[in-house]
Amino acid sequence: MIGTIVTVVVGIAQLLLLLAMGLAIVRIVRGPRAQDRVAALDALYVDAMLLLLSIGIRTGSLLYVAACLVIAVLGFASTSAFAKFLMRGEVIE
Amino acid sequence: MSALVSLPDWAALLVAVLVLASSLLAFVGSVGLLRLKSFYSRLHAPTLGTTLGLFLMVVATVLCFSLARGHLILSPLLIGIFVTATVPITMILLARAALQRDRSEGDPHVPPAPSGEPGPRHPM
Repeated sequence: MIGTIVTVVVGIAQLLLLLAMGLAIVRIVRGPRAQDRVAALDALYVDAMLLLLSIGIRTGSLLYVAACLVIAVLGFASTSAFAKFLMRGEVIE
Repeated sequence: MSALVSLPDWAALLVAVLVLASSLLAFVGSVGLLRLKSFYSRLHAPTLGTTLGLFLMVVATVLCFSLARGHLILSPLLIGIFVTATVPITMILLARAALQRDRSEGDPHVPPAPSGEPGPRHPM
């Protein structure tokens, strides 16, 4: 009984995370300037990490934690590269 | 079906509450990202989900896997440590880039560069 309730609650949480990702995508599409889009991309990958962790909790597989770590590393690299590109006009000089 | 079924009741409830709180924080952060007016205030909103939201989710993951498998599993903490260390760096870089872009376009809403520093600064 309590298992089903908890599964339903985690499902609601996943729906909320999907909605949050949708709002970030709306900001990426609408964002008036490039820095808005980069900030929204940052929020998007953090929401994707949260979603992956909650899927891992639901399915009981530790594989999702490793995938989440990869997203964290690549997201940090991409956001800092974007920020440097916005600041200087090139990434590697 | 899931690892949540094999947990004791109190732990399953605790994990569910933590996951729900974390996703609520992320959702509020995204709403703020969409609704706030200027870029500099929009930069604050998603960090709600990045800091406390991710921390709660990591705690829920550690709790769930440790109790379901019977031994301590701390590898999700790596994510928390890494993201906590890197998010301030990216946010500061992004805010600096936006500030420099706004200044170079002569936007009247941003403060001018501090005196004694000729031209645009070159951080990093």
